[in-house]
Amino acid sequence: VRRYWRLVFLAAVTFAEAQPTAPAHAEPARRMSLNGWAIVVVFLPPALLLFTVFVFLPIAEAGWYGFFNWNGYGRPEKFIGLKNYGYLFANPTFTRSLINNAIIIVFSLLAQLPLALAVAVMIAGQVIGAVWFRMIFFLPYVLADVAAGVIWHFMFDGDYGLAGAVTTALGAPPYFLLADKTWAFSAVLIVVLWKYFGFHMMLYIAGLQGIDGALLEAAEMDGATPFQRFWHITLPLLGPMIRLSIFFSVIGALQLFDIIVPLTGGGPFETTNTMVSFLYFFGLTRMRIGFSSAVGVVLFIICVTFAFGYQRIVMRDD
Amino acid sequence: MNLRQFAFAAGILAALTAPAFADKTVNVLYVSNNPGQVAIWEKIAKDYEAAHPGVKVDLKSLENEAFKAKLPTMLQADESRPDLFYSWGGGVMQAQDKAGFLKDVSKDVASWESELSPTAVDAFKVDGKVVGVPFQVGEVVFYYNKKLFEKAGVKAEDIKSWDDFLGAVKKLKAAGITPLVVGAGEKWPMHFYYSYLVMRIGGEHALADAKAGKDGGFKNGTFVEAGKRLQELAALEPFQPGYLSTSHAQSAGIFGDGKAAMDLMGDWLLAMQGPNATDGKGLAPGDIGILSFPVVPGGKGQATDTLGGINGWLVSKSAPPEAVDFLKFFSQEKYAKEVAAQAAYIPVNKGSESGFTDPLFKRLADDLAKTTYHQNYFDQDLGPSVGRVINDASVAVAAGQQTPEAAAAAIQEAADQQ
Repeated sequence: VRRYWRLVFLAAVTFAEAQPTAPAHAEPARRMSLNGWAIVVVFLPPALLLFTVFVFLPIAEAGWYGFFNWNGYGRPEKFIGLKNYGYLFANPTFTRSLINNAIIIVFSLLAQLPLALAVAVMIAGQVIGAVWFRMIFFLPYVLADVAAGVIWHFMFDGDYGLAGAVTTALGAPPYFLLADKTWAFSAVLIVVLWKYFGFHMMLYIAGLQGIDGALLEAAEMDGATPFQRFWHITLPLLGPMIRLSIFFSVIGALQLFDIIVPLTGGGPFETTNTMVSFLYFFGLTRMRIGFSSAVGVVLFIICVTFAFGYQRIVMRDD
Repeated sequence: MNLRQFAFAAGILAALTAPAFADKTVNVLYVSNNPGQVAIWEKIAKDYEAAHPGVKVDLKSLENEAFKAKLPTMLQADESRPDLFYSWGGGVMQAQDKAGFLKDVSKDVASWESELSPTAVDAFKVDGKVVGVPFQVGEVVFYYNKKLFEKAGVKAEDIKSWDDFLGAVKKLKAAGITPLVVGAGEKWPMHFYYSYLVMRIGGEHALADAKAGKDGGFKNGTFVEAGKRLQELAALEPFQPGYLSTSHAQSAGIFGDGKAAMDLMGDWLLAMQGPNATDGKGLAPGDIGILSFPVVPGGKGQATDTLGGINGWLVSKSAPPEAVDFLKFFSQEKYAKEVAAQAAYIPVNKGSESGFTDPLFKRLADDLAKTTYHQNYFDQDLGPSVGRVINDASVAVAAGQQTPEAAAAAIQEAADQQ
């Protein structure tokens, strides 16, 4: 599901980027040689066909199914108009999922990205063992999401897990974070931080390495303090990378799913679902395909609005 | 997870592995993680092929969740539709029949269905017509740790009524033993408690009446009363700490480690408790006892009413006559005897209980042979939509998150939305 959405975004983003620049290319295009046309005729249809069959049609179909009470068997026949959307917005679990998605976004922006930036600044230069640190921090990102969820499910276990070992060492009674409806969601945040912060750190390190050292050196000679150098030179020059990392972070947060299933299964009492895990647990596994399609449409609208809006407004100059 | 990609890849795989059409082929799709069961099925398929030259029986398996996600799509097209496929009966089977994917095999099965348990045969009927053939039944019972019972001074044979049961829980608790282990993180294990309470309180018509909407449907007294009894049990804090996040596999391990006295579960627990225990061995079979769910005073249900899964093969609409013939071959008594001798699972053939030598399986098979009313799992019977709400409600009621009244109303609401 995730890969598929990502494809939609890439397509949408490419489309959005292509539009303003189209006039500039219009001139050469008009004078395109026969050879150029041959390339279009040969290479466009397969791509167009694949895009239509695997991207456009499924989206359109999901929109259509959203109007039906359909369990996936046979053809959708019970047309119920907007009722699926009514059920959806009246469902407290869905509201909770939306809030959870928002919490992940805020947490990513306020905690994960600054931390990634701080660590990146620390180990981007010629520090001893920098390569090792980069690898260690990046490793969790390479690990499959599901595996990460399973591992952390054991870590948080109050009997056999790391949490159990800690409470035993402290002589405290066993504590089961994943069974605590007030705090279970913080477990999700911890794993998200652990899993993805390395990815953002790598983005920042790449950005930092692209900054001309002469600028910083010049500022240093002019008597700028390290903080001033960071604030007035490094940070602005890192702007495009930060905007990109925010983009990935928000889209990733909206689509978070793989970690949730093995870690909490959305529980306890449906307090740790995201929109996508809600779609899965309350739509697909209950064979309410019409209802899940409606959830998918809402998720799609939120993601596309964000992707287009962000690209147009924030990343316009990048 | 990437369902779409998976389905695509699986589709291509299915297309590539489609057998040559020189011979007749019976395609069978199953779900099983019981190696003993699969070995016997493969043997039966080989025997059939040997006895019927020119017919090939192609057994393919899918993982549980993948099977459930893929089947609706596979059934749509003639090329991908299996001839026979695994089923839990109930709501999903009814939806498959309603969409026209199943074959009416009443006439073909009429000559030999009397050899099978009538309850199991009935589980694969939709509106009176036979659409599949059962092969396995199960019973959910309390498995108990004999040593822990002894330590707490609890005698299993004295536990007959709900109050006896609550008394035993209190005694175990007082002895510092966790009375019950439940994998409530996956929810369905808790619904066994709720289901049995409904059965013991409302008797054999309770679920059918609620489904039919009689008497306020699920909001009627039985379901609310069952919720209250469940709360009464939960108030004793009988479950292991952190039970809300415990997975089913973990719970089996806790039982295998001897850290809890009882587990309300199906017979697969016996195969699971060892590998999931810390030492990889678990409890010795001799240390495990079986206790039927107690009767509730004043309830309409009997101690001999059983709850458990019924599995069978559904026949799809495009299945060749060989597929039904294979089912007849498959259902022969000699194979049921083999299944019983190996204690691979509990077959549905009448009289197969005598073939068991394993005492625990023998007890289950005897119970099922003498059952006064056998009920399929509620979540299967009701179908995935309402079924999952029952599972959610069971956990929420036990944990005091939802009142019994609100839980019953939530189940009814899900039924109304169907």
